[in-house]
Amino acid sequence: MSIEVNGKNVDWVQNETVTGLLKRMRYTFPLVVVKIDDKVVSKQDFPKVTIPDKSKIAVIHMISGG
Amino acid sequence: MVKLMNKLKSDKIKKKLKESSVGIAGLGGLGSNAAAALARAGIGRLVLVDFDKVEEDNLTRQYYFLDQIGKSKTEAMKENLERINPKITVEIYNKKLEKGTMEKPFEDVDMVIEALDNAETKTTFIEEILLKLPDKPLVAASGVAGYGHSDRIKTNRCGNLYLCYDEKAKSCDEDVLLAPRVALMANWEANLALEIILGEDR
Repeated sequence: MSIEVNGKNVDWVQNETVTGLLKRMRYTFPLVVVKIDDKVVSKQDFPKVTIPDKSKIAVIHMISGG
Repeated sequence: MVKLMNKLKSDKIKKKLKESSVGIAGLGGLGSNAAAALARAGIGRLVLVDFDKVEEDNLTRQYYFLDQIGKSKTEAMKENLERINPKITVEIYNKKLEKGTMEKPFEDVDMVIEALDNAETKTTFIEEILLKLPDKPLVAASGVAGYGHSDRIKTNRCGNLYLCYDEKAKSCDEDVLLAPRVALMANWEANLALEIILGEDR
């Protein structure tokens, strides 16, 4: 019962949403993209979409500079 | 025979690039250097958006010159690009991209390069393009500050989003911005643009 977040193994929590996972991981930076098993989740769906067991999550954030 | 093949291949590539268009959001270190690279490569049309003026500080890394200080970046860039390649069409928008209409200038280009500076604006821009122009390839960059560590830069593909990415880089509020790394990232973005336009076949 675990998921992979940015290459790290993390416990899977039933009915946890993307928002919940980001909070648990303490990802507070401005987010750009969340992929669940290579599928992009749009930001407006973060509070609705739940994380499936054994899924691979990629959280990509942007930092300033350009 | 090999020479002829190379000539045919290179003519085909030149033609394709000439017929292509790229939009660039932001003309700072990333955007100005990417625009110069694409103009030299022979992209036919560039759509450039920025609201800023050239400042002396910018010259450590951006594609402008001392005598352009005070000019709008869009005008200065158009001048510089036309000095490189007079056949190029340069369309400029001297304005700030505002949330809700960020995709507007880029509706009729083949692909878009994100070259903004602030993390929040980058994020908003990427989300708006992905949502409103879902079929448009988008190249973005994160982690340009600092020096060295060239080989930490990676391309992270996520559907139509191609992210040039150094996950260990610090933000520009905590680290210096210097020409080599900024230009490296800008050219990484421009190189990805060519790969997207020309396809994998080489």
